[in-house]
Amino acid sequence: MTLSVSLGHRFGGFSLDVDFEAPSGVTALFGRSGSGKSTVVNAVAGLLRPDRGRIVIDGTIVLDTAAGIALPPHRRRMGYVFQDGRLFPHLTVRQNLLYGRWFAPRTAGVELPRIVDLLGIGALLERRPGGLSGGEKQRVAIGRAILSNPRLLLMDEPLAALDEARKAEILPYLERLRDELGLPILYVSHSVAEVARLATTVVLLEAGRVVAAGPAAAVLADPGTAPVVGLRETGAVIAARLAGQDDDGLSRFETGGGPLWLSRVAAPLGAVLRLRILAQDVMLAVERPKGISALNVLGGLVEDIRIGEGPGAMVRVRVGEELLLARITRRSVGVLGLAPGKPVFAVLKAVSVAEENVGGAG
Amino acid sequence: MLDALSADEWRAVELSLRVSLWATLVSLPLGIFVAYALARWSFWGRQILNGLVHLPLILPPVVTGYLLLLTFGRKGFVGQYLDQWFGIVFAFRWTGAALAASVMAFPLMVRAIRLAVEAVDPKLEEAASTLGAPRLWVFATVTLPLILPGIIAGAILAFAKAMGEFGATITFVSNIPGQTQTLPSAIYAFLQVPGGEPQAFRLVLVSIAVAMAALLLSEWLSRAVARRIAGG
Repeated sequence: MTLSVSLGHRFGGFSLDVDFEAPSGVTALFGRSGSGKSTVVNAVAGLLRPDRGRIVIDGTIVLDTAAGIALPPHRRRMGYVFQDGRLFPHLTVRQNLLYGRWFAPRTAGVELPRIVDLLGIGALLERRPGGLSGGEKQRVAIGRAILSNPRLLLMDEPLAALDEARKAEILPYLERLRDELGLPILYVSHSVAEVARLATTVVLLEAGRVVAAGPAAAVLADPGTAPVVGLRETGAVIAARLAGQDDDGLSRFETGGGPLWLSRVAAPLGAVLRLRILAQDVMLAVERPKGISALNVLGGLVEDIRIGEGPGAMVRVRVGEELLLARITRRSVGVLGLAPGKPVFAVLKAVSVAEENVGGAG
Repeated sequence: MLDALSADEWRAVELSLRVSLWATLVSLPLGIFVAYALARWSFWGRQILNGLVHLPLILPPVVTGYLLLLTFGRKGFVGQYLDQWFGIVFAFRWTGAALAASVMAFPLMVRAIRLAVEAVDPKLEEAASTLGAPRLWVFATVTLPLILPGIIAGAILAFAKAMGEFGATITFVSNIPGQTQTLPSAIYAFLQVPGGEPQAFRLVLVSIAVAMAALLLSEWLSRAVARRIAGG
């Protein structure tokens, strides 16, 4: 499936002008609040009529302002999970889940028992939304959207209204959706952590413009994205296979750049996980450091250096097949004589990858 | 108490109930439509429609009754055609009393339902449309159930108002026993004849009882429906 979006819209002092393609998998629309993310999603859903635009999904034109085509929301088949759930208060959870079934094409599609099981909401079916917790409501809302058998699932900051514990509760369900249903998802978020865990493709928005788009690993490891993402939040995502659990509380991973030891991660051996490694946690050295407490020293080549406006610099290092980002000072760049093509060693403490930055594969 | 009413008095009570019931039921769909339109749509003439709906609340009832007579009377500019083409006559019939009652009660009904519509989050209706539901279906399955308490409140308010309608009714369809003599008209008529006060008083008691029953019923229904909607 491919979603192609081209939109222009003006309101107040804000102008939106975006153009992007979303292939299968999870495409994250990422940007700060006010960057136009929700406007894009609402236009795709048909809840907002943009000044100009063309939206095509799998060859079906749902919007083409030039040709005077604008399908109403109910004919677009875009499942929408809203930030605030929006469950129907007068219906039970089961009735909420089945609401879209009346209109969904009878062909194939996913069945209620499977979704109920996938989202862990079996015990809630006969209850009404009023008595559910925030996390439960959101899971029901996700199930309701999926069961309407949409072409595409739109999720507008589905976790933003939840506390950290609830987010941690729902993220694994979202990963399962992505991996087991193969339903394409357009996921709006301003949280890099969520994007790093879920996205296969990232579209970076700033002030109504697309500033970067492409495979998640590439976009997140682009030094140029740091100003949009935020320096402290910038970090590359690498795929790692859990290869062993050591006795002293460490987990051993195999990555495209060599072995990596991190604090114990509870996952089956052989599982391929995504690790988000923050740029500020990575040190660089031009010689292999000795007598150092950090367990992980990965050899690689400098690919790109972006000098910031302050004292900092963002360096992209290729380690085997993977990309890492390191945030160091401009002074160090000078002292070490770093330049593209120079061999370096990236140093990472085992304890520096926090639990929320370890996610399922995809 | 029931034995205490004469046949004439019973007829007035029965007529009043019939007139009010029909006035309420027939105007309800239009009331829901107008309330929804006023709450949700922006269209040219919205304020004018709002004013027209509320006019009977502010005008002297005798004026409303006279306007109805001019419009729907046998020689009225609508009434003469209704008579010629469809054989429908309002003037001096109980149907005319029902028409007068529904016009007088309409603003109360619309106000109650409009408040309920405004309390429904349009985002819920948006959510329903993204699930594939066409607009009418969204209205029937989301909006309508959520405004049901307001509809019940509005209907019962309208019923109570119709039971008490006097000015417009007596102006439009006069005071014909068994045909257009509703409770208030009957009370008025009894008060006009010497020695009629005991009969008038009995009907006053009936009026009070019906009004109280309607209010209690509306409270109970609204609460039952609200409980069903919000139930955990």
